Amino acid sequence: MNVFFYIAAIVALISSVLTITRHNAIHALLYLILSLLSISVIFYLLGAPFIAALEIIIYAGAIMVLFIFVIMMLNIGMEEKIEKGWMKPRMWILPSILALIILIDLVSMLYQRSGVEVTGKIISPKQIGLSLFTTYLMVVELSAILLLAGIIGAYHLGRQKKKVIHRYLKD
Amino acid sequence: MISISMDLQLALAVLLFLIGLIGLLVRRNVVFMLMSIEIMLNSAGLAFIIAGSHWIQTDGQVMFIFILAVAAAEVSVGLALILQMHHHFRTLDVDALNKLRK
Amino acid sequence: MAVNIGVIPALPLLAFIILVLFGGQLKKKLTALTGVVFTAISALITIIIGIQYISTILPSGGNISSKLWQWFSAGGFVADVALRLDALSLVFCFVITFVGFLILLYSVEFMAGDEGYSRFFAYMNLFIGSMLILVLADNLLLLYLGWEAVGLCSYLLIGFWYRDPVNITAANKAFIVTRIGDTAMIIGLFLLVFNFNTLNIQELLTKAPIKWAQGSPVAIAAALLLLGGALGKSAQFPLQTWLPDAMAGPSPVSALIHAATMVTAGVYLIARTHVLFELAPMVQTLVAVIGAVTLLIAGFSALTQHDLKRILAYSTISQIGYMFLALGVGAWQAGIFHFMIHAFFKALLFLAGGAVILLLHEEHDIFKMGGLKRIMPVVFFTFFVGSASLSALPIVTAGFYSKDAILWYSFSSSNGNTWLWVAGIVGAFITALYSFRLIFMVFYGEAKILPSRPAGNLIKVPLIILAILSVIGGFIEFSLPVGHLHLFSSLLSKILPPTILIRDDSSEPLFQIISSIISLLGVYLAYLLFLKKIPLAEKLSNEKIAGFFYRGWGFDWFYDHAFTKPYVWLAKINKNDFTDYFNKGLAQLTLLFNRSLGTTQNGKLRFYIMAITIGIALILTYMMQI
Repeated sequence: MNVFFYIAAIVALISSVLTITRHNAIHALLYLILSLLSISVIFYLLGAPFIAALEIIIYAGAIMVLFIFVIMMLNIGMEEKIEKGWMKPRMWILPSILALIILIDLVSMLYQRSGVEVTGKIISPKQIGLSLFTTYLMVVELSAILLLAGIIGAYHLGRQKKKVIHRYLKD
Repeated sequence: MISISMDLQLALAVLLFLIGLIGLLVRRNVVFMLMSIEIMLNSAGLAFIIAGSHWIQTDGQVMFIFILAVAAAEVSVGLALILQMHHHFRTLDVDALNKLRK
Repeated sequence: MAVNIGVIPALPLLAFIILVLFGGQLKKKLTALTGVVFTAISALITIIIGIQYISTILPSGGNISSKLWQWFSAGGFVADVALRLDALSLVFCFVITFVGFLILLYSVEFMAGDEGYSRFFAYMNLFIGSMLILVLADNLLLLYLGWEAVGLCSYLLIGFWYRDPVNITAANKAFIVTRIGDTAMIIGLFLLVFNFNTLNIQELLTKAPIKWAQGSPVAIAAALLLLGGALGKSAQFPLQTWLPDAMAGPSPVSALIHAATMVTAGVYLIARTHVLFELAPMVQTLVAVIGAVTLLIAGFSALTQHDLKRILAYSTISQIGYMFLALGVGAWQAGIFHFMIHAFFKALLFLAGGAVILLLHEEHDIFKMGGLKRIMPVVFFTFFVGSASLSALPIVTAGFYSKDAILWYSFSSSNGNTWLWVAGIVGAFITALYSFRLIFMVFYGEAKILPSRPAGNLIKVPLIILAILSVIGGFIEFSLPVGHLHLFSSLLSKILPPTILIRDDSSEPLFQIISSIISLLGVYLAYLLFLKKIPLAEKLSNEKIAGFFYRGWGFDWFYDHAFTKPYVWLAKINKNDFTDYFNKGLAQLTLLFNRSLGTTQNGKLRFYIMAITIGIALILTYMMQI
């Protein structure tokens, strides 16, 4: 069973890398969806089947679709030349160095603890539901408010006001 | 079911996070930056699930649900902003936002 | 009633704080009330404590001390904030608070139209509080604190109308010249600390004769340095140049600071530390000589001035010369007596003169005035009484008794000298001459400018009170052939030693008659020259000499060329020395930091993200080290 984990992990990594390096936005999005799917597999292996399902339904199914809609609305998939112009190889140097530094820091911090194993015992949705609505009730309400704010913000910001020219100025 | 050391799994989460970070730093197109942010959020959620699975408690998964909610709200608002930006500046270059300063 | 004597200086200082904090918001009447009432209460307390002190404590030879708190203690040297009231400081306190109160009352009307009303009262109260600290201090360090504070107040008040650069220049000049004296004084204080490890006055006065032989170089040095401080503050030769220019301040300021109190701080210092001066007889003689020289210089200069206030300023310098003369010949009590009487009549003269100037639309030139005798009768009468006291007209005025005592002692005391007496007599003649010149020019003759309005009560009442004091003040200490009454000197006798005479008392009446005749002669000459205007005036006046006297005997010119111009030249050629590089470099470094930090606020989003990431990397690396 461990091998599935490794496969899913490698797929996730490669697709993430491919996401950030593509010029075409739709291609990048599709790779991102692939990454999300493999992470969902990892979730399942870790004993969180409910979360795995949620990841696919909400994240890959709703959020990414939203992305695709907007990109298609903006019609930017064809501007590859501009993207190529912006992504010169030398731009990768400094971010890579910084990421490397942070990687070394974090990983060395991780490996200071002795290897603890994760068994992957399944936690059922029932337990999660109980936990959500008893212990973490307040946070549920807060996230509801957050989503409300998101809705209102998105509606307001997404409006396109039409310019109204007075009929005397129209010529 | 599986028995992999937690460090390795957390290292995976760290790697994903850093890939997202590199993507954020390198790209100039706003949509790609938003995508990189999604990768980072996802990796943070992965870290939470790993921790919850280690303690065999529901807390990690509950946290992930909230992260999901946050990501959803953030993406919707962010994309709305991108639409506005495109409407104003006719480009998706993040450096065009510098003009906002003047 | 047992009140801590610390209350006496505390009340005016409290008024200062109130006026500084709230002065801008208070209504005019409340400002005036605050400005006057605290000092009035102080005066009342002084009088009450004084009466108690004289009746109960003094006969047993005691004093009232009050240690408020310890200021600091460093390496064996302890300085306290402690006050001590004895007869000498009582006299000074009375003059400061009472005359101060009258002057503040006068200022309520005098400064009524001024926009800096609350600022004025704040500074005046600060001054009165500081001067009280100066005279009540029981150690020389606290005295020096009061000394510097009154110097500051003098600067602030001379430059009160700061918008006119002339006033600022005058204030700077006063401060810088007195600074020279203050520097000498602080070196003297260092010398005393070095020798005695204390600056407590009583301890010094008992320890000094034990440790220092009379005439030893150390004693001479200490006395000389303290004398330097006194010269600066009291505007004596050679540091007298600042006082005439200090008349740029308002008249109440001139009355309080530059007539009655601050300029007498030097007199107080010398009287207080008289033991040190007695240990250095050479310096004491120097004090007398300086007094005599100054009174002559100032007297001759006063004779040629046109500006009413400058005449009075030179007159002040001259009268303080008399006080120094008295202290120098060992007539301690006579000198302090003259201080008190002088405070009364000189404050009166400044206040009355100020009223004249104010009501004649700020006209200062006496040759443009005239005929005010009928128009401003109260002012005229009080001014006349004040001038009479200044000229020491015989028997009726207080000035007669005080100045006459000085003249007598300058001749007859063990430190005295005939030449000093001659100088004093000539000075008395000149005094009478210039003061009545002033009266005849301003109040007699025909009216050239008419006053805008009559003087109000707040101006008249202090004038009348001071006029009364200028007359009756002398009656507590006179020695006429008809009787002797020595209330004042017996008051001070425990503090200041009596004068040692080498000639006996019997020739005193002769000298009194001589000085009376000389003063009256001076008045008569003034009458002839300025009222009847006999042609002798043109023959006597010589343009060059008059001009020389007018410019203060050329001291300003001399100091300007000997000290100021070379110093300014040096400063010019030294403009870009290396300390400037240091200062400029500091400024440029700051600018550099500013610009480089400014570039981080460039509004570029990707720059910010990169900065955040670098920050994360650094912090994580740092955390990893720990």
